[in-house]
Amino acid sequence: MKSVLEILNGIRPEFDFSTSQAFIADGMLDSFDLLTLVSELEAEYGIRIDGQAIVPENFVSIEAIEGLVRKSVRP
Amino acid sequence: MNLDYLGKRISGILTILPANVSRFDDEAGNYTFPREKTMRLKPLMGFEEHRIVEDGVCVSDLCVHGLRSLFDRGLLRKEDLDAIVLVTQSPDHFMPPTSNVIQGLLELKRDMICLDINQGCAGFEIGLLQAFALLDQASINKVAVLNADVLSRKTSRQDRNSFPLIGDGASVTLVEKDPSGGRIHANIQMDGTLRNALTIPAGGFRQPSTAATAVPEDDGSGNLRAKDHLVMNGQDVFGFVMTEVPPMIQSLAASAGVAMADIDWFLFHQPNKFMIQKLAEKLEVPYDKMPGNIVEKFGNASGVTIPTNVCLNLGARLKDERFKVCFAGFGVGLTWSSILMDLGGLDFCEIIDY
Repeated sequence: MKSVLEILNGIRPEFDFSTSQAFIADGMLDSFDLLTLVSELEAEYGIRIDGQAIVPENFVSIEAIEGLVRKSVRP
Repeated sequence: MNLDYLGKRISGILTILPANVSRFDDEAGNYTFPREKTMRLKPLMGFEEHRIVEDGVCVSDLCVHGLRSLFDRGLLRKEDLDAIVLVTQSPDHFMPPTSNVIQGLLELKRDMICLDINQGCAGFEIGLLQAFALLDQASINKVAVLNADVLSRKTSRQDRNSFPLIGDGASVTLVEKDPSGGRIHANIQMDGTLRNALTIPAGGFRQPSTAATAVPEDDGSGNLRAKDHLVMNGQDVFGFVMTEVPPMIQSLAASAGVAMADIDWFLFHQPNKFMIQKLAEKLEVPYDKMPGNIVEKFGNASGVTIPTNVCLNLGARLKDERFKVCFAGFGVGLTWSSILMDLGGLDFCEIIDY
């Protein structure tokens, strides 16, 4: 199973996600990247992410994304 | 606010789409983003192909084509039409109203009402609500709700945020009195403080079009558009839809005394495939009861997506069958609206090309 960091590196390989705590503010993820990331997280972890949880604050860091994965339900 | 009506029905729906097809694969090279990154959006958002008008085609052209098709085939008589309600954000002119242009081109009777309403993605519901209100008048028996937009003409072809999903089109929905019709339940809400989430900044009286407003600029993330072009804050619109639409639908069903499971079809506006799937999940509605295949086949033509959805996915079935349906539209304004009603026994329900 891929880690969150590996998924992020696949979406935007030009950035080093291990050194930032502000992916959105640092311009590393745009709104379409978030949707791509949600889709890949759902497929990789067998989860369903609530539409209302797809907000920038849940995608600012690896820790935030891992928290979102833990909170998300398995359909 | 909640609204309800009695003694009205939809008697036919016709969707008119430009024959010209533009394909996402062919457009990917127009954007400044790496092609591989752009192509990732294709399955996720449902970007396949969309219908785009040829240069110079206007809303009245599509509507006249549709109405003339109904007249020619005997599906509607000119003398029976008491009102035209046109919902569009891309009128032929600032003045006169495009509904009057259509009336004149078709030589319709003078003893009628022609109304333009400036609304978009919730425009199907808003047009219906206006028609229901008009039908309370003794002298009005049949109303044509026209939804039409040609917003591709106001969208930058180098704006990957908007252009892949934009479609053009029109629809004619006939609404008439029906003494045996069941109660129609509706809800509509608006929030003008969020008006800048979807806008065309220049071209009106506040900021007239000039040579400067026609110059494309980078929006900071790689999309090129001018102030004369449509701009959409996708993140804000997505958040608004996820927050406001599910409770509106649940509240409408509850106030109507209808269980969600008893609604046969959820026929929603179609911004993109991802958003429709997330709405279905939030409402715990099976994907197949909420069709989400309009953007991938035709693009998002504002208020036209719902009639297109009805014609494509239910089409001929609606001539003989009846369903409990929930319409919902959401977008520019920002505006969100829904209608719960019975739909069936239609005289026509089809898509034609322009």
